[in-house]
Amino acid sequence: MAARLLFGGFLCLVLLAPQVASEFHVTLLNYIGLYAIVALGLVLLTGVGGLTSFGQAAFVGLGAYTTAYLSTAENLPPWLAIFGGSPWMGLLAGLLLTAAVAFVLGLLTLRLSGHYLPLGTIAWGISLYFLFGNLEFLGGHTGMSGIPALSLFGVELRDGRIYYYAIWAVLLGAVWLTRNLLDSREGRAIRALKGGVVMAEAMGVDTARSKVVIFLVAALFASISGWLYAHLQRFVNPTPFGLAIGIEYLFMAVVGGAAHVWGALIGAGLITILKQWLQDWLPKLLGASGNFEVIFFGVMMIFVLQRARDGLWPILTRLMPAPRTQRAVPQGAALPKKAVPPAGQVLLEAKNVVKRFGGLVANNNMNLTVKAGEVMALIGPNGAGKSTMFNCISGVDSATEGEVLFCGQAVTGLNSRQIARLGMSRTFQHVRLLPTMTVLENVAIGGHLRGSKGVLPAMLHLERAEELRLLAEAARQVERVGLKDSMFELAGSLALGQQRTLEIARALCADPCLLLLDEPAAGLRYMEKQALADLLRKLRGEGMGILLVEHDMDFVMGLADRVVVMEFGEKIAEGLPDQVQRDPAVLEAYLGGVD
Amino acid sequence: MDLQIALLLGQDGITNGAIYALLSLALVLVFAVTRVIFIPQGEFVAFGALTLASFQAGKTPGTLWLLIGAGVVVALIDLTLAVRAGTARKIPRIIGWNLLYPAAAAAAVFLLKPNEFPLLLQIVLALALVVPLGPMIYRLAFQPVAEASVLVLLIVSVAVHLALVGLGLLFFGAEGSRTPAFSEASFDLGQVRVTGQTLWVMGASLLLIVVLALFFERTIYGKALRATAMNRTGARLMGISTVMAGKLSFLLAALIGAFSGILIAPITTVYYDTGFLIGLKGFVGAIVGGLASYPIAAAGAVLVGVLEAFSSFWASAFKEVIVFTLIIPVLVWRSLTTRHVEEDE
Repeated sequence: MAARLLFGGFLCLVLLAPQVASEFHVTLLNYIGLYAIVALGLVLLTGVGGLTSFGQAAFVGLGAYTTAYLSTAENLPPWLAIFGGSPWMGLLAGLLLTAAVAFVLGLLTLRLSGHYLPLGTIAWGISLYFLFGNLEFLGGHTGMSGIPALSLFGVELRDGRIYYYAIWAVLLGAVWLTRNLLDSREGRAIRALKGGVVMAEAMGVDTARSKVVIFLVAALFASISGWLYAHLQRFVNPTPFGLAIGIEYLFMAVVGGAAHVWGALIGAGLITILKQWLQDWLPKLLGASGNFEVIFFGVMMIFVLQRARDGLWPILTRLMPAPRTQRAVPQGAALPKKAVPPAGQVLLEAKNVVKRFGGLVANNNMNLTVKAGEVMALIGPNGAGKSTMFNCISGVDSATEGEVLFCGQAVTGLNSRQIARLGMSRTFQHVRLLPTMTVLENVAIGGHLRGSKGVLPAMLHLERAEELRLLAEAARQVERVGLKDSMFELAGSLALGQQRTLEIARALCADPCLLLLDEPAAGLRYMEKQALADLLRKLRGEGMGILLVEHDMDFVMGLADRVVVMEFGEKIAEGLPDQVQRDPAVLEAYLGGVD
Repeated sequence: MDLQIALLLGQDGITNGAIYALLSLALVLVFAVTRVIFIPQGEFVAFGALTLASFQAGKTPGTLWLLIGAGVVVALIDLTLAVRAGTARKIPRIIGWNLLYPAAAAAAVFLLKPNEFPLLLQIVLALALVVPLGPMIYRLAFQPVAEASVLVLLIVSVAVHLALVGLGLLFFGAEGSRTPAFSEASFDLGQVRVTGQTLWVMGASLLLIVVLALFFERTIYGKALRATAMNRTGARLMGISTVMAGKLSFLLAALIGAFSGILIAPITTVYYDTGFLIGLKGFVGAIVGGLASYPIAAAGAVLVGVLEAFSSFWASAFKEVIVFTLIIPVLVWRSLTTRHVEEDE
């Protein structure tokens, strides 16, 4: 309630500001709004998605120059003529051009790993800047003037006080769209980009696509800001679109709090006001003119990254009333389920799988099958190659030789996303979950493939019906594994055993016919193990095939229908639990030889 | 274009390429040891050249104030930490390097008359002022976040670059400087005139590369740096201090950067912000080498120099556009040829 009041107060302030503020302050607020729109894109890209771009200013430039050129050029070539004359067509053209450029740059540079991406953005940021300054028809370094004012319903937005509303309406709209996007199925996929790529792919998320999506959204926000800028200034030159400003945008996002939409506004406001102030005072203080504020910004940035890496917003929220947390368990109709294969049908068949890491043979000629409605346990001493085998089956890694068949289809060489789509779901030995998301949200990622609504409906929140059914399904799985009480807690706050259980719920949320569990009982207490065994028996009864890697022999022997024993990458025994326990090779592997 | 122009452009390109090669080596070194993408490398180029130019113009270079200021801050922080931790034996060293050394440098600048020095001595003094800034900057900006992700280190790196560019403007003003050539000699090779400075640049670059190679192959510190580059934790367990390795790599990078600036200053006018673009071109080379291989990085940097020279002939306005667009296909090629599991920064 208090948080709502605060937000209402903020809205009133935004509405009233131009009525009371001086001309100078309105101009300042206009620029803060323009910069915050760009910084918001960076929040999505950098803070949430973990991709860093120093080149956003170039996209601002694309938006600004497109509308400047189209609305001032005397003789447009015929194919461009439809875009001429109106700022609104300029906006459309700018967005299309930016989307095209960003799409190509994104395809080229987003596949770059880690630090290559920001370096790439520096490079094309510089390239585009020099391009603006050297193209004759864009006015070279002197720029272009005479850009018409925007007009809306016949009213010309010449006055800064009126233009203010246009800028802030766009900004608040962009914040709304971004928040909606993050709170959706696509948003969970985006939030998994930072540190959860392997897991998300195994749950069927196309992470490469998610990266392109946030890159495009960030570029389009920048382009709109550029369009607004061009019609506010009514003059453009290359200077505001250079690399230095691109760096400043990133600083705004980082200082404000790169992981929070409001951080963009705080950062843009702080940096813009500081810059104004420093540009007034530093030259007087230092007795020379120049951009000395960069010294201050550089040092401030170093300090922020050393002392408060998450930026100012999290510090501010600690002072504010705690937001209302969702406590109501989502209710919704059940999602459609895949047909269950008849019990006894072979689901998974691995034939002569070999996996080499350089000279090390981790798996050698491994064969195993899993049938519908049975629990197959894969056991063996540490380092026997069980998890490697798991990765080869689930497509997280690919086998060097051999073949894996799933539901009669060859899946060797397919990636984990494609395999997940076929109905295989897994957990990880070293838990891979997103610690800053709630248990419910983590489990809902497992249901990614059971929804279909894309980015646009998510941004406009037109997918609420589907979203509710997804969350309701996730909630059912959370209850099923016994984590109901911690449904709305952050996944990172759970104990390790509970985190493993969460992974099972996430895997179940995908509606699999084959479940791969990598040491699910590790870290569980006795009663919890009993409950897990009961759950697995129930799943088996429903016709699910389960492949289990486990060290707890009581757990395995009481549950498994068949057991495969591995040592040094090879299968040394296979059979019913009782048979395996009496097998001399197994005894030797576990207890040492009896001479 | 006839052969003569082509040879002339080629010579230009290789000369610049030699500088880019030196810088790319420094960048590879810093990245391998500390995981820092060393964007401020270019500022050391500018600081080296402009400090030398200040001496020749009879002015006090602003880098002296930076050395003193950075020294005082480092000393304050390290002394506080040393006192708190009760490690008194470190104190003389801290005071010596961070307070006495800058004081000695200041004495040399003020009491002697550097503008009357022979060129060689001026160069040594310029290096003595600029190079220690490398480890000091490592101490202040990077050491507290040494274990952070590459991306955080990169943003810190960009921040350091910004601060140093601003300081460069403050110290040296917006006007550029050019220093006299090391040698006025020139030779006619067939149709092409080769200037003495060109030979100096190439010779000095080659020499520096050989010296670096010997340093890494033969000395215990060179081997310590290589060990840290291969495996930080492992090197640490063997008693190699990562702080030492970080400072040493920054020292070498600052040396290479400042020396490159001094080499290039007679060929091109150096402004306070010239270094950034020069450094980035070294980067393109370093990225060709995947930030891992020294010889490939050097070859890539020479390629960048030649490409730049020829594109300045054909499309001089688009010179920078061409050079920096080159990086994108190179990056794509790199990311296609290196496979790695993308996870968990």
